[in-house]
Amino acid sequence: MTATPTRTPAARAPKLNLIGLEKTEYKGGDSTLCNGCGHDSISARIINAAWEMGLKQHEVVKFSGIGCSSKTPAYFLGMSHGFNSLHGRMPSVATGALVANQRLIGIGVSGDGDTASIGIGQFKHLVRRNVPMVYIVENNGVYGLTKGQFSATADQGQTLKYAGTNPYMPLDICIEALAANATFVARSFAGDAKQLEVLLKAAIAHRGLAVLDVISPCVTFNNHDESTKSYAFGKEHETPLHDLSFVPSYEQIEIEDYDDETEVQLHDGSWLVLKKLDAAYDPTDKHLAYRTLEDARKQQKLITGIFYIEPETPSFLDILQMTDTPLARLDESRTRPSREALATLMAGL
Amino acid sequence: MSVIVQEPQTEQVNQLVVNDFNINVATANGSGSQTSNNMLIRSLYKMGIPVTGKNLFPSNIQGLPTWFNIRLSKDGFLARRERIEVMICMNGATVAEDMESVESGGIILYDDALPIANHRKDVHYFPMPVKNLVKAANVPYNLQRYIANMVYVGVVAHLLEIEMDEIKQALIWNFGGKTKPIEMNWGIVTAAYDWAQENLTNDQPYRVGRMTGFNEGTLLVDGNTAGALGAVFSGFTFAAWYPITPSSSMAEGMISYAAQVRRDPETKQATYAIIQAEDELAAIGMVLGAGWAGARAMTATSGPGISLMAEYVGYGYFAEIPAVIWNIQRMGPSTGLPTRTSQGDILASYFLGHGDGRHPVLLPADPTECFEMAGAAFDLAERLQTPVFVLSDLDIGMNLWITKEFEYPEKPLDRGKVLDAEALTKFKDAHGGQRWGRYLDVDGDGIPYRTLPGTDNPAAAYFTRGTGHTEYATYSERPDVWESNMQRLAHKFETARTLVPAPVVDEVDGARIGIISMGSNHPAIIEARARLRDEGIETSYLRVRALPINGDVRTFVEKYDKIYVIENNRDGQLCEILLVDLHDLGYKLVSVAKCDGMPLSARWITEQVTK
Repeated sequence: MTATPTRTPAARAPKLNLIGLEKTEYKGGDSTLCNGCGHDSISARIINAAWEMGLKQHEVVKFSGIGCSSKTPAYFLGMSHGFNSLHGRMPSVATGALVANQRLIGIGVSGDGDTASIGIGQFKHLVRRNVPMVYIVENNGVYGLTKGQFSATADQGQTLKYAGTNPYMPLDICIEALAANATFVARSFAGDAKQLEVLLKAAIAHRGLAVLDVISPCVTFNNHDESTKSYAFGKEHETPLHDLSFVPSYEQIEIEDYDDETEVQLHDGSWLVLKKLDAAYDPTDKHLAYRTLEDARKQQKLITGIFYIEPETPSFLDILQMTDTPLARLDESRTRPSREALATLMAGL
Repeated sequence: MSVIVQEPQTEQVNQLVVNDFNINVATANGSGSQTSNNMLIRSLYKMGIPVTGKNLFPSNIQGLPTWFNIRLSKDGFLARRERIEVMICMNGATVAEDMESVESGGIILYDDALPIANHRKDVHYFPMPVKNLVKAANVPYNLQRYIANMVYVGVVAHLLEIEMDEIKQALIWNFGGKTKPIEMNWGIVTAAYDWAQENLTNDQPYRVGRMTGFNEGTLLVDGNTAGALGAVFSGFTFAAWYPITPSSSMAEGMISYAAQVRRDPETKQATYAIIQAEDELAAIGMVLGAGWAGARAMTATSGPGISLMAEYVGYGYFAEIPAVIWNIQRMGPSTGLPTRTSQGDILASYFLGHGDGRHPVLLPADPTECFEMAGAAFDLAERLQTPVFVLSDLDIGMNLWITKEFEYPEKPLDRGKVLDAEALTKFKDAHGGQRWGRYLDVDGDGIPYRTLPGTDNPAAAYFTRGTGHTEYATYSERPDVWESNMQRLAHKFETARTLVPAPVVDEVDGARIGIISMGSNHPAIIEARARLRDEGIETSYLRVRALPINGDVRTFVEKYDKIYVIENNRDGQLCEILLVDLHDLGYKLVSVAKCDGMPLSARWITEQVTK
């Protein structure tokens, strides 16, 4: 054998992911949101999670509704198809697209107005059907694009510069999701990069619909310290339910079993490991999830983590019993029955 | 058409009326009369008699009055006809009115338990001992109400001389060969027939007789069933819908037929998905999502659903996504008359959405055209990358029509301008060095090329949005970019004009009058033209089969002194659309419009043209 040639040190080898791509290739266009917007942090986390998981961008589809949050799919995964739909109507478009091509990985980004006000109906039905996709709500309790009106998730008694004081109780997106029989319900904080990324990866690996309510303060219209959707509040009040780690299916799973850990295996073989801060928290207990969310609301606490997960429930696509070839790819020989079939059916008329 | 009428053998009536009268059956909704009525019309159809059945039903599940009108026409006229010669009264709530409605010389069969006053001297009365016959049949109590309607089938079969074997065959067909219900119903039909034979003197003039020459090569079917079959045989892969009268039976037909012919016989895996959405907003959203991702996607709805779909139809127009929307029109505005027919959504469908925008609209005239246009609509939607409407109505959709047998579609599916990974790579070379842009018109027809999600080519992705966009699908608010895109969409609509189904024209030498109409009015127009000819008025006829109209319509209008535009709505909506394109000829157009929820009749049309 000849000696291996000595390698000249390269300028600096770019870091590549599993499929040989640099992280910059997962970027999208430049953001047009306000400087310091929590939504941009979330986009950065999506880019990182997708890169680290080695997602093929052409297999990903991005969906959104209308609002600041819904603009963000233009700012990440530039080589994925995106559908910036109508206000509150992203769930139906996503349902149609994912049924048409069940090989696609769906990532939806919505806001609190888009999901909890105009889109609450479609949101709850998306959850009910367990359409396999990640549904991120970038939740700031305020309408940014129309300059500062209250949304349905705004705190009661909260004061905004133009809108005054909010007299109504808020809707809690995680509770709404649970009530609609969600199979994955989590909350995070835009400023908590580490946790958000783990949750995103787990949500992508989840077989059904994963609801991710991400408190993402509006730096322009809703960053008063007393708001539960402000940075100051988030940082001071965030109590993680558990420490999370995500072990993708392509890595060998070597987890030592601690007493205070729960492992949840997702359908693609990956594992979600929850290290409990609250020893009693069991994310497969729906009653506990309700109670925890309700208590947090009463105590004005921002509890983050996975409230509920149910990895085994069949997804919408499983229920539809479709052929393995995506509907969008079927050719005429499969979609036009025979002349004899028509004759038979006509004879029965 | 050669018509051979076998002379029925009858005693003691001087002037027989054979195969040329109306039967009207008055019952209560939910009493199972549909089975009885279908048996009657089916057996008449199988005897070769031209028949048409119009179900006049209430928006109600049980109890409100319902009428089923069967017209027999030896001459083959299948429009609604207002006169009634044979009345069957089974509903006490309407019996007085029903008996008044019969023509002089007509006959009235009635349940003898109904509270009535037989005062008319100019009609024949035939009481039917419904209660006694049902009692004698010895069927379970819960079925008695349903079976009661079989009594009139037996009695009317005797009086009119309907072939009992055809009634038996219709019964077998109706119950899918299930012995128990067939026997139970047949028992009461024959009991009623025998009773009538023994107890009634058949001194009335109405008879039926077997015919040939008309029903061969036809089907007796409703338009929703036809449209459902059309979709199943023209490559639909996705449908989302929300139940609404009178469109639900189309989606349900698709569910049933697709399960039979679009699933793998072994694995049961489907080559389609049909989703009952939570509302029409979601139904059209799902359709656009699926169409965008590459499925052949459609929905079926009616007026109120169209209103809800407005925002996504506008989106589909602007973001250029194929979708097929069946609007089985019912009477609006608002909730309107949910179980009555109308052609009132022409303008709403053509112009649906805010901002500038128009949509191709197909206008089937009978179930056969529903079958054919199901495929044509998909081809157009995918070719033009835009929402396409098919405007049927309750009359076509839910009533039984004699219609030409469906021809197996030979034309390959048109999937439009879709670039796969390879075609995308070659695009630049194939188009003179021009880089692909999602909204770039390289062919000069206003239609750009699209890629589907999942295409493994780094250049394939684009961002779809309802906001301003450049030819390369990037966001733009520039005035020139906006306007040139809108002008291209207008140009694309001109391309649509050349692709949609052309009108059907029947021109008569020497005619000075033209008739323009559409859709379900067709049978009434045919009959009205025959009546007008009898009065010495020749007419030419153009039936619009799609919007936008093509040049044939202008040529037609130019040729005649006066054009009657006949339609089933208040405002003359088709006429208004014609005026947009033919404003210079507007002085020739006479709007003839009616909106009472009923299909137009030849009598009314004739009156409008001659007055």
